[in-house]
Amino acid sequence: MSWYKPSDVGLATRRKLADLGHGARLFFRLVALMVPTFRRFGLVRDQIHFLGNYSLAIISVSGLFVGFVFGLQGYYTLQRYGSSSALGLLVTLTLVRELGPVVTALLFAGRAGTSLTAEIGLMKAGEQISVMEMMAVDPVQRILAPRFWAGVITMPLLAAVFSAMGIIGGWVVGVLLIGVDGGSFWSQIQNGVDVWQDVGNGILKSIVFGFTVTFIALLQGFDAQPTPEGVASATTRTVVVASLSVLGLDFILTAMMFTI
Amino acid sequence: MAPPPLTALVELRNLTFSYGDRVILDNVSLAVPRGKVTALMGASGGGKTTILRLIGGQNRAQSGQLLFDGDDVTVMKQPQLYAARRRMGMLFQFGALFADLSVFENVAFPLREHTDLPEALIRDIVLMKLNAVGLRGARDLMPGEVSGGMARRIALARAIALDPELVMYDEPFSGLDPISLGTAARLIRELNDSMGLTSIFVSHELEQTFGIADHVIILANGKIAAQGTPEEVRSSADPLVYQYVHALPDGPVRFHYPGSTVQEDFSMGLESARPPSRGLS
Repeated sequence: MSWYKPSDVGLATRRKLADLGHGARLFFRLVALMVPTFRRFGLVRDQIHFLGNYSLAIISVSGLFVGFVFGLQGYYTLQRYGSSSALGLLVTLTLVRELGPVVTALLFAGRAGTSLTAEIGLMKAGEQISVMEMMAVDPVQRILAPRFWAGVITMPLLAAVFSAMGIIGGWVVGVLLIGVDGGSFWSQIQNGVDVWQDVGNGILKSIVFGFTVTFIALLQGFDAQPTPEGVASATTRTVVVASLSVLGLDFILTAMMFTI
Repeated sequence: MAPPPLTALVELRNLTFSYGDRVILDNVSLAVPRGKVTALMGASGGGKTTILRLIGGQNRAQSGQLLFDGDDVTVMKQPQLYAARRRMGMLFQFGALFADLSVFENVAFPLREHTDLPEALIRDIVLMKLNAVGLRGARDLMPGEVSGGMARRIALARAIALDPELVMYDEPFSGLDPISLGTAARLIRELNDSMGLTSIFVSHELEQTFGIADHVIILANGKIAAQGTPEEVRSSADPLVYQYVHALPDGPVRFHYPGSTVQEDFSMGLESARPPSRGLS
């Protein structure tokens, strides 16, 4: 086994710092391009359609099944304490606070994030990015920014769809199949869920995840080696890095939102 | 009174460019005459495409000047660079069409990005440009549905959509069948003359290149080996240029990749009689 020389460690650290700085610069450019991007809303709208519409099926179906499972598991636990009427509240809070934003972000990374990375990477491999630069069109503004803002807008919408489908799933299993009282299912939700504390924080989380996942997908695509292997490994990295970032950020956000 | 136009639209002065330790261009000076068709030739990896990327400001030289119409591209900031690029058109080797846009929208792209022209006028310009490359009828196809030669002609229509002064072609002839090749060569020449362009193209195709170029530059080992009219280059006495323009397999550029000698590899010497180690034994 060979030891690392201090100079290797230094070089690796410098490279990582340079990558970090490069990523941060791109991130701030994309944020700064918000106004010019929304001035050409047609481009953003097309991307919202692309990212949102094609993720809708997987998000809805996943939400429904997560709701089914919560209905079952929640009922068996709650009935031991004779509080199965709180099933609706349990399902709703879990989804709105945690699972809605997090699972949506994970699915979004797998469905939309990978397609973004592959699309940008292939544009780079096909010299479409270079040709755009040669036409005096800034690819960051024309290609990346509309996708970035579309992702930020789409994520909370998809998370809302996920949570809604999950609550319906919980209702189907709890009320229709098991026979929990429908009135108490809904009234518990109505009384127990706070709009700002629960729903608001959930939306805030999914907006943060929207920034995170979309940015990681775009950065990986834009920095991909312009070869088939490069695009393939960039796509894999998108899923890995985005998923870990979402889970890590979720812990930090939860700690900040629900303990203070 | 405006100063008289410079005779060279693009001029490289003592330009040096390297990727890391590998020197691509070593103190190169050359001029691209205005209104003419200039061919850049030379062995693969010899820096021809790099020159096009340097003119477009996509790569920056380490030292020297690169003048585009009298302005130094190497020191331009992004706004000036983008202003200069709007006066250039570049045709990439494989066209680089936008895969998600139709042929029509590909050609309309620079017009939509840089002008506020009404839709009817954009349509007329796009169809005129497509007509110039003979593909007016292909306007509704998607890039996946056209052949390689057609893709390059569409990209050419896109490159000239904003009526540039300079058009750069990166290997416009590679991988084309004889008919497409003849078409491409004729197009370069005709567009240059009818639109009053200055054209630069990178090529390995000797016959077509010498047929249409006014000025030929041959690069070798990061330097200019020969330049002049096709006739002057063809009759050059330089052994490297001679090998290139006569397509000889062996000459100053060796047929054999440098390595150990034949005697060593085929066990004619005592030292290397054993097979080389594979690392596992």
